Amino acid sequence: MRVNFTVNGRPQQADDVWEGESLLYVLRERLGLPGSKNACEQGECGSCTVRLDGVPVCACLVAAGQAEGREVVTVEGLAAYARHRAGRPPREDPAELSPVQQAFIDAGAVQCGFCTPGLLVAADDLLEHNPDPSDADIREALSGNLCRCTGYEKILDAVRLAAARAGEAG
Amino acid sequence: MDFLRPGSWEEALAAKAEHPTAVPIAGGTDVMVEINFDHRRPEYLLDLNRIGDLYEWGDDAGDVRLGAAVPYTRIIEELGGPLPGLALASRTVGSPQIRNRGSVGGNLGAASPAGDAHPALLAAGADVEAASVRGTRLIPVEEFYTGVKRNALAPDELIRAVRIRKADGPQQFSKVGTRNAMVIAVCAFGLALHPETRTVRTGIGSAAPTPVRARAAEDFLAAALADEGLWESGAPVPPALARQFGELAAGACNPIDDVRGSARYRRHAVAVMARRTLGWAWDAYRGRERTARCA
Amino acid sequence: MDVSRTPTPLSQGSRTPGGIGESTQRPDGTLKVTGDFAYASDLWHEDMLWGTTLRSPHTHARILSVDLSGAFATPGVYAVLTCADLPAATRYGLEIKDTPVLADGVVRYHGEPVALVAADHPETARRAAAKIKVEYEPLPVVTDEESATRPGAPLLHPDRTDAHAPHVPHPNIVHRQPVRRGDVAAARAAADVVVTGDYEVGMQDQAFLGPESGLAVPAEDGGVDLYIATQWLHADLRQIAPVLGLPEDKVRMTLSGVGGAFGGREDLSMQAHACLLALRTGRPVKMVYNRYESFFGHVHRHPAKLHYEHGATRDGRLLFVSCRIVLDGGAYASSSPAVVGNAASLAVGPYVVENVDSEALALYTNNPPCGAMRGFGAVQACFAYEAQMDRLAAALGMDPVELRQRNAMSQGAVMPTGQVVDSPAPVAELLRRVKALPLPPEREWESAGGPPDIRALPGGLSNTTHGEGVVRGVGYAVGIKNVGFSEGFDDYSTARVRLEVVAGQPVATVHTAAAEVGQGGVTVHAQIVRTELGVTQVTIHPADTRVGSAGSTSASRQTYVTGGAVRHACEAVRERVLALGRARFGAAHPAWQHAELLLEGGKVTTDGGEALADLADVLESEAIDVELEWRHRPTEAFDPRSGQGNGHVQYSFAAHRAVVEVDTELGLVKVVELACAQDVGKALNPLSVVGQIQGGTTQGLGLAVMEEIVVAEDGRVRNPSFTDYLIPTILDTPAIPVDVLELADDHAPYGLRGVGEAPTLSSTPAVVAAIRQATGLPLNRVPVRPEHLTGT
Repeated sequence: MRVNFTVNGRPQQADDVWEGESLLYVLRERLGLPGSKNACEQGECGSCTVRLDGVPVCACLVAAGQAEGREVVTVEGLAAYARHRAGRPPREDPAELSPVQQAFIDAGAVQCGFCTPGLLVAADDLLEHNPDPSDADIREALSGNLCRCTGYEKILDAVRLAAARAGEAG
Repeated sequence: MDFLRPGSWEEALAAKAEHPTAVPIAGGTDVMVEINFDHRRPEYLLDLNRIGDLYEWGDDAGDVRLGAAVPYTRIIEELGGPLPGLALASRTVGSPQIRNRGSVGGNLGAASPAGDAHPALLAAGADVEAASVRGTRLIPVEEFYTGVKRNALAPDELIRAVRIRKADGPQQFSKVGTRNAMVIAVCAFGLALHPETRTVRTGIGSAAPTPVRARAAEDFLAAALADEGLWESGAPVPPALARQFGELAAGACNPIDDVRGSARYRRHAVAVMARRTLGWAWDAYRGRERTARCA
Repeated sequence: MDVSRTPTPLSQGSRTPGGIGESTQRPDGTLKVTGDFAYASDLWHEDMLWGTTLRSPHTHARILSVDLSGAFATPGVYAVLTCADLPAATRYGLEIKDTPVLADGVVRYHGEPVALVAADHPETARRAAAKIKVEYEPLPVVTDEESATRPGAPLLHPDRTDAHAPHVPHPNIVHRQPVRRGDVAAARAAADVVVTGDYEVGMQDQAFLGPESGLAVPAEDGGVDLYIATQWLHADLRQIAPVLGLPEDKVRMTLSGVGGAFGGREDLSMQAHACLLALRTGRPVKMVYNRYESFFGHVHRHPAKLHYEHGATRDGRLLFVSCRIVLDGGAYASSSPAVVGNAASLAVGPYVVENVDSEALALYTNNPPCGAMRGFGAVQACFAYEAQMDRLAAALGMDPVELRQRNAMSQGAVMPTGQVVDSPAPVAELLRRVKALPLPPEREWESAGGPPDIRALPGGLSNTTHGEGVVRGVGYAVGIKNVGFSEGFDDYSTARVRLEVVAGQPVATVHTAAAEVGQGGVTVHAQIVRTELGVTQVTIHPADTRVGSAGSTSASRQTYVTGGAVRHACEAVRERVLALGRARFGAAHPAWQHAELLLEGGKVTTDGGEALADLADVLESEAIDVELEWRHRPTEAFDPRSGQGNGHVQYSFAAHRAVVEVDTELGLVKVVELACAQDVGKALNPLSVVGQIQGGTTQGLGLAVMEEIVVAEDGRVRNPSFTDYLIPTILDTPAIPVDVLELADDHAPYGLRGVGEAPTLSSTPAVVAAIRQATGLPLNRVPVRPEHLTGT
């Protein structure tokens, strides 16, 4: 079947999609957007987290056909999405990162990085809704994203850092 | 595999009538796992995402009519008042991402004994609104679960909504898992006090082939509360009474040993959860009574 | 007052930014946060096919027949392979070549690969594999020491020719290593207190997040290019080439992005399979395991049964330790022999004990194969010996930390193997530091007047307690881990460093085959180059087999050994730069001949800081390119009977204090804080060091309270999914304060000490000790389950 939807602001079309395929497979294998990761394919790790019409979901559990006509934001589009949300004009420098991406690098929250894309999408959503989260809030919001390398401490640091920087700026 | 995309409820019912083997998919949190892991290859997937009605809830006399596909996140955010037990249960479902997609309709359709919504529905009192081209019928939730991962739906039926009694008293939900988040229930317990009718209802998850009510425990507690005049006095529930309530709840279990927990542990944990949730719910009831009297 | 001073000479690298000791950022960080970093499973090639594996549903069975016709008849299928199709070697292995590439007549564990399919879509490949009809005749199963060694037990590998075969008491024992020192019988007679215990460690999984995957591309010369997530490219190459029947130079391997490893990528998974399918079809073949298959696709941590006896004087001096450690190696050897060596040689922990009688052994069984996982034999022992130390402290009425400190080893101590610990061993100090940290406040879930914050309670979001039944406990543990490959292994690494001028600036390139699996080796290599060559621009060349072996990214060794190789190569580059400078400018300034010269900030300077020339002018158009091997000091094999020998390169130490709150009625645990103190010799990148310690600590927490592959009595895996194999979420993981000591090991580059594994050891026993303190239960098995805590 054919599926049409918007990814990171751009209309996309995928052909010859098998009906049982997930949105994750279509993103990764058909649209050349492998940033969303395939770590468990059963909604138990969060590595494939994308925003579907603004809502963070596991792309592995969305049937490709269910994305028809909808808007998807993946980690590849996170920087542009964050800029747009902040009411700023599109990036001139394509290397510019979103605040939460920069904070993950600065805080040492990235090791193997396989969980990172999903965590970034989830953390960005958290800070969008709760700009000054408590540690318990961060833990609850990110409890669907497994990380095997960091022990999560640096991830907490990164979210705190992103929140603090937004507070200073804002 | 065919992917059916009905644009309206009527089209969905027609499609299900035409293809009774079609597997409805809304949040996909169960169905897609089975497809991804090669456990299931349905002939037809029936996508319900485009049927807006399924994503709405409304007041219907003393009930909340909860659209089958309203995600758990919205239940937590919007329905904590009328459906406190279900809202508590919703917060324990999977992860935030799962709660953004999963729904009570999906829990009912899968009818896994471990579904988190079931104990809360059983405790609150609910009817499943099952629809087909033949018409609509209401199935009391107690009668909906017919076996492990089996339910009372006819092959041509879809779940349109769940009519859940609005809380008339405190409700609680508790679930044991071996992790502090994102965990499938080892067992779970839901409790609702119904001061208006002076009754108590319960629901037990993951401790029997289907979700069940602990009727002996309910009857015992209702009688004891009445005998002691506790509804009126608002006095504390005596510990011995709470313990016996827990024991009777454990007695309603018919659990198995599996990789998630032993049968003995499940019985034990249900007793503890029943006792504790009674304590929390009764404290809330007493608090309300006191507030009401002072006012 | 005018004081004349002798200037302190500068040392190499001290004035170049981004060198060792700084928390520089990862070179791959930006790619990883934008989604552009190419992991093995992200690779794509035109005309690419998808490979899939058919695996055995049986734990032990003879294959009577295989019917491939249904698979071949499936449209879109390009190849179906079984062992009958193998072109050359049919077995491989890290230490012993006992593992069939595809089952050859017998399957020996649940999930063993039987056949391969390549097709144009993964679903097509799966459907075709499902149509392969295999007729099995089940065989008797051995699953533990009793069933594996009783008379008449079926032998997993009846015709063994490996080096350990002549020394083992039974052919179903892969390897056995005794370690004997002193006179245990006499010490036992002299002991005032003796405590014994039997302990058990469940089967832990590495559960790296990026499942096994790779892409094999057939080449025109008849060879193959393999892009792969692995821990050791050259070890893979050494095993793959004979299977393909190709010379090693026709199998070109490139490391793709690796989503974690933790030991689980030391053995081959789909490497040979993807190459076989690619060579058969003449098309690129990608293989990606899903999570279910990943649980069958790699080895796990050995489950263990351990019996310990500790004897001490009344004042708490250890007199003897006697122990027996039985590790379940499963159906194939993997790295079982080395795991046995570690378990045996580190069996008493970081304590001075003069009388030791210990042995460790690994079994062949029909359980899943076990091999490398972070901690590698030392984890299992640490859980048991630390439980024993607590038991001994209780028997003596002594504080458990004080008992440990009283027996703690320090530099100069003699190991039970006879090896002298010849670098700092601050065991007592690490314990002192974790104990001195302030305890986290109690009852943090109680907010002012409001409802309890269930996120801070045992059970977390599941709302199981509002404080009822919750008891706090505090526990301590310390451990010892070897760094690097031991027992006489020729453990070396290779680094190629190139220095040249690009656009007027000196630029260095580092090329090694070291597998970056997330630990930050690439970060550290760049730091070393900046320090040694005084340049700021460093490029990390992708790791591949076009450079010599770097050895494995395991055994906490990569910063030590490949870091050492990079430094060594840099030193050679520096000498050549200075020689070139002397030749070009030597006559211009006497310092070229007489002063200690440094490379700093892109210049040649004196050790007083005077600039002599720009590197760009020294090099001009010349590129200096050096490839060198570097070895740490050699080790010796352990004597097969006494276990004596200088078997290890370096030891590392970490200590933990765990604070837990246990819901004693429901048996649920909340770890409130897990503090760690570790000596790292020298923190080359402090941020990465802390990240390693926190990550290792959390894996230890997982083993303590939730992580176990449950194997049924018939050897079948019962929970191969992230639904039922649970690893800690962010809500299960507490604050992890880290105290880093830097006591240099003079034998190691920069004095550094391998970091990655030690924190995984002591975390588990510290958590369990805390649960014991809260509950009063003996808790001799990990992971601790609610059933253990509630007697159900």
